[in-house]
Amino acid sequence: MARYDRAITVFSPDGHLFQVEYALEAVRKGNAAVGVRGTDTVVLGVEKKSTVKLQDSRSVRKIVSLDDHIALACAGLKADARVLINKARIECQSHRLTVEDPVTVEYITRYIAGLQQKYTQSGGVRPFGLSTLIVGFDPYSGVPALYQTDPSGTFSAWKANATGRNSNSMREFLEKNYKETSGQETVKLAIRALLEVVESGGKNIEVAVMTKEGLRQLDEAEIDAIVAEIEAEKAAAEAAKKGPAAKET
Amino acid sequence: MKLDFSGLESSAPLYGGNNELLSDGFSAAPSFDLPVTSDFDDFQKNSIQMVKPAKGTTTLAFIFKDGVMVAADSRASMGGYISSQSVKKIIEINPYMLGTMAGGAADCQFWHRNLGIKCRLHELANKRRISVTGASKLLANILYSYRGMGLSVGTMIAGWDEKGPGLYYVDSEGGRLKGTKFSVGSGSPYAYGVLDSGYKYDMTIDEAAELARRAIYHATFRDGASGGVASVYHVGPTGWTKLSGDDVGELHYSYYPVEPAVVEQEMTEAVAV
Repeated sequence: MARYDRAITVFSPDGHLFQVEYALEAVRKGNAAVGVRGTDTVVLGVEKKSTVKLQDSRSVRKIVSLDDHIALACAGLKADARVLINKARIECQSHRLTVEDPVTVEYITRYIAGLQQKYTQSGGVRPFGLSTLIVGFDPYSGVPALYQTDPSGTFSAWKANATGRNSNSMREFLEKNYKETSGQETVKLAIRALLEVVESGGKNIEVAVMTKEGLRQLDEAEIDAIVAEIEAEKAAAEAAKKGPAAKET
Repeated sequence: MKLDFSGLESSAPLYGGNNELLSDGFSAAPSFDLPVTSDFDDFQKNSIQMVKPAKGTTTLAFIFKDGVMVAADSRASMGGYISSQSVKKIIEINPYMLGTMAGGAADCQFWHRNLGIKCRLHELANKRRISVTGASKLLANILYSYRGMGLSVGTMIAGWDEKGPGLYYVDSEGGRLKGTKFSVGSGSPYAYGVLDSGYKYDMTIDEAAELARRAIYHATFRDGASGGVASVYHVGPTGWTKLSGDDVGELHYSYYPVEPAVVEQEMTEAVAV
């Protein structure tokens, strides 16, 4: 087994590319990230590890925009993310230059996934150690979209997905609780999923909302308010469950 | 005497030649070896002159309320020799886009074909048709990268996409213009005259076709390098259709029928005595 994981370009006898699988491990250790698609909104939420006291938190933006109508969040190696994001940003502008039209979400996702795949089939390089969640609106049809890519270079569209730390629990929660939402409901669903695995509070979560008008990063106060709403709803649901039972006795 | 063949070497661009992973996404422009001459500027000027008059043709296109009207003649000339009266100067890039040919026939035909391939690939990759803006930009970028290498292309890309009718003028100098009325070729001044005086945005398809036909006819009448058959195409929301292809000689007699001459004296058979 050890012989087949040195170089990316070597398959193991049972068909694994170990370097890609190790890259997926790196993703699993990265911060939690969740994306939820609504009818008129797409929301990205990312876990913010507690800020080191002297660090300027504004320089550590986890949700970035690739163009006016496309945003990206990722889990994994942040330095790899920077390189990938820069290349994607150039491609967005290059597309605008050559065909005088903005990219579609699918196009740029395909480009990023293609880049990630290229690095699994070349000599002397290692794969990018990150999975991305890409959200945006199709510039022509106005339809919202959410895509995910991973280190192997595969991509697909999702109604809701999570990646990074404890992504399985988040995904289970989303599978149980997903329904078509719009506007603020979509934001709440995303934050509820994130709160399953992250400490509660506005300073531990970064949320951005993409609408047809563009990307809006929610500030701490807003997030705290929504979290408070969610907790209140949860408490009310608990009380309702206990309430009728108490009456029975 | 050792002849210098460096100018004949292949000048096709080599993409993927450099390591794409490490480049930033912009590939180097194609280049070729310059021929060895004592006076290169003069050589360049002469070679450009050699190619320039070759745009012996008349093509035109204009946008009106029902779409785009595209028309062209069909004469190919080599200096004073008419080499063909039946050249297809309107090239069908795909069912909803047309290109016109002016300049080097081979250059126009090849690059329009190439553009058709690129448009189809775009459709397959993006699951939607390419816009006229995008198609014309692809062609303009290709022609720009070959700038100075002797391509002679003066073309109009006409089509109907999601934004409605579109018309662009693209040439081998790398220029690209968006517009509603263009005419390209040696007969274009004559065509512009007729087009400008008769154009109205609210014409019907038949009126617009007749205007286009007349403009080509008048250009072929006065310009020696234009002639043959006046073809008229219409691009509408469902794609292009060929409306007519009339021989300009016959058009002349239908516009200006010959008046029967008044006979003063008539010769008759002499009666045998």
